[in-house]
Amino acid sequence: MSDETLLAARGLVVRYGSTDAVRGVDLEVRRSEVVGLIGPDGGGKTSTLRVLAGLLRATAGEAEAFGADTWRTRRALHHRLGYLAQRFALYGDLTVDENIQFFALMYGVPAWKVRRTELLELVGLEDFRSRLADRLSGGMKQKLALACTLIHSPEILLLDEPTTGVDPVTRREFWRLLADLVGEGLTLLIATPYLDEAERCTRVLLMHDGRILADARPQEIPDLMPGSIVEVTAEQRTRAAEILAEIENVADVSVFGNTLHVRVEGARDPVAVVRTALGDSGVPVEGARPIPAGLEDAFLYLTRSPEPEVLMEASS
Amino acid sequence: MGSVRTIAGFVVKELIQLWRDPKILSVLFIAPIVQIIVLGYAATTDIRKVELVVCDLDRSVASRELIDAFTASTYFDQVAAVPTQDDLDPWLDSGRARVAVTIPSGFAADREAGRTGRIQVLADGSDAMVGTLGLAYAQGVLRIAAEAAGARAPIELRPKVLYNPDLVSRYFMVPAVLALLIMIMAMMLASMALVREIELGTMEQLLVTPLTPSAVITGKLVPYAMVGVVEFVTGLLVVLFWFEVPLRGSFAVLALMTALFMICSLGLGLLVSTVSRTQQQAMMISTFVFLMPQIYLSGFVFPIQNMPRIFQLVTYAIPLRYFVTALRGIFLKGVGLDVLWPQALAMLGLAVIIFTVARLRYRRTLG
Repeated sequence: MSDETLLAARGLVVRYGSTDAVRGVDLEVRRSEVVGLIGPDGGGKTSTLRVLAGLLRATAGEAEAFGADTWRTRRALHHRLGYLAQRFALYGDLTVDENIQFFALMYGVPAWKVRRTELLELVGLEDFRSRLADRLSGGMKQKLALACTLIHSPEILLLDEPTTGVDPVTRREFWRLLADLVGEGLTLLIATPYLDEAERCTRVLLMHDGRILADARPQEIPDLMPGSIVEVTAEQRTRAAEILAEIENVADVSVFGNTLHVRVEGARDPVAVVRTALGDSGVPVEGARPIPAGLEDAFLYLTRSPEPEVLMEASS
Repeated sequence: MGSVRTIAGFVVKELIQLWRDPKILSVLFIAPIVQIIVLGYAATTDIRKVELVVCDLDRSVASRELIDAFTASTYFDQVAAVPTQDDLDPWLDSGRARVAVTIPSGFAADREAGRTGRIQVLADGSDAMVGTLGLAYAQGVLRIAAEAAGARAPIELRPKVLYNPDLVSRYFMVPAVLALLIMIMAMMLASMALVREIELGTMEQLLVTPLTPSAVITGKLVPYAMVGVVEFVTGLLVVLFWFEVPLRGSFAVLALMTALFMICSLGLGLLVSTVSRTQQQAMMISTFVFLMPQIYLSGFVFPIQNMPRIFQLVTYAIPLRYFVTALRGIFLKGVGLDVLWPQALAMLGLAVIIFTVARLRYRRTLG
């Protein structure tokens, strides 16, 4: 594995009219990495990817791929980079074969027929070659789109929320497919709102409100948050949350399903702090136990987002 | 520009998509033929069977001969004969008659005495076209009748109509309808070109290929031009063999002019495509901003020389204007490039301007 930097951004700013979508992003993607650009919708992920793919001109700052400006060298770049848009689209009135053939010709791939067969086998569509793309299931469409973006054997693939709105089984399959590709030496930069997908990346960039809040390996992310987490189960959940929020050592309280995640800082026994506070106010506690901080806790801490719903809880 | 292979691949893809869309196919190939036939019959300024009401107050042989002259012509259809002039009004008011002829008593006596016979012709001016032509026809009938009677013609005016001596309006309307068809088809198809890819979301995937904008534009427009050629040939066959409009000029000049006009129309469609966000928008913009004004201001419907000066200036920017002139020149006068070179140059110039603007817009919206 080399440490060659394939993509880099420095002080990247993207502005649409008077709104800043990206406000000064620095990032790097090195060969053979699987980098997750993770964050809620509207955080600037798509704009960042589009600049890196040479589809959008940065308002300010630098964006480089293979050591050259992505916008100025975009035509050369497109021979080496693949991009799967969030709203990926195929020609529904063309067959599976025709869709891939079209993109092969557009990229000027010389021996595309061999490559097409390989890709169809890889994504498991070899039995559907003459089916119109419109007649494929959602998951199959996505695989076909992936095959189309890989026809020119790119060195790096940028994926914009490929698993959004996809059922869990298909999602797992898709990641398995990506893992195969990474095994063959492909580098990935993948934007996703699903925190659980961070685990599948070699490195995670947490993006929120146009900024990169953290850049770490997935297992390191929870360490970025001080204090410890107490999971509280209580009948009067809302009241408990209100009371706990007033306590000095409690940094913040978030609702997770039926429980509360209470982050306690600077206390020797965090569970006792919670139990005492609720006991004093006469709120019955069904359970309070220390839990290891998860990515989601860390993300909430890092974004200080008041709305936990902003992040989707993935089910698989 | 991309390689020939790349563009060929694009063209093939577009043709497959057109071929697999039965709705578009029928619109492209059946509608034009139906339209050219319907318009060929409807868009005619010839008047046949103008309803005529007669009031013969003279009741002489001469007056009856005159009335026979009217009814014998194919232009008039006598719907009534009334005893007094007052009885004419209800016929004209209700529109049951368009032209009324009154022969005053003493008409025959005047003629025999060598004096000019006077008759009154009333025409319904509420339909200006019918009114004017009705009067003109009536004059013609009277002149012929007067000559036949051996008397001195009361009208000395003897217009001679060139190129289309029978003034068959079909001869100049039908080729112009062909022009309209080419324009509508080329503009509509081209205006959908980029918008459809944007709406589908495939534009993003195209932009991430090394295709240049010119390659995309070429790949999009070449198949539409091919469709246009097929339509033109089909339409031309209908014009030549169904309507039997004579083609007096050369086919080569006609083909050249048509090619230039088609390029202008495709370019305008492309321009629409770069300013529209949805296919509906593209449809509205091409219809109201480009198609209708072109039709009104091209000289197809209204003579350009009758327009206010400012509109006359606007017509210079309208490709259809040059093409209609060229078509009429080629079909009716049989003239060639020695006469029509200004029209050819004008369309070429407009094509260059249109494509330059469209290309700049393309970069701004999609690049």
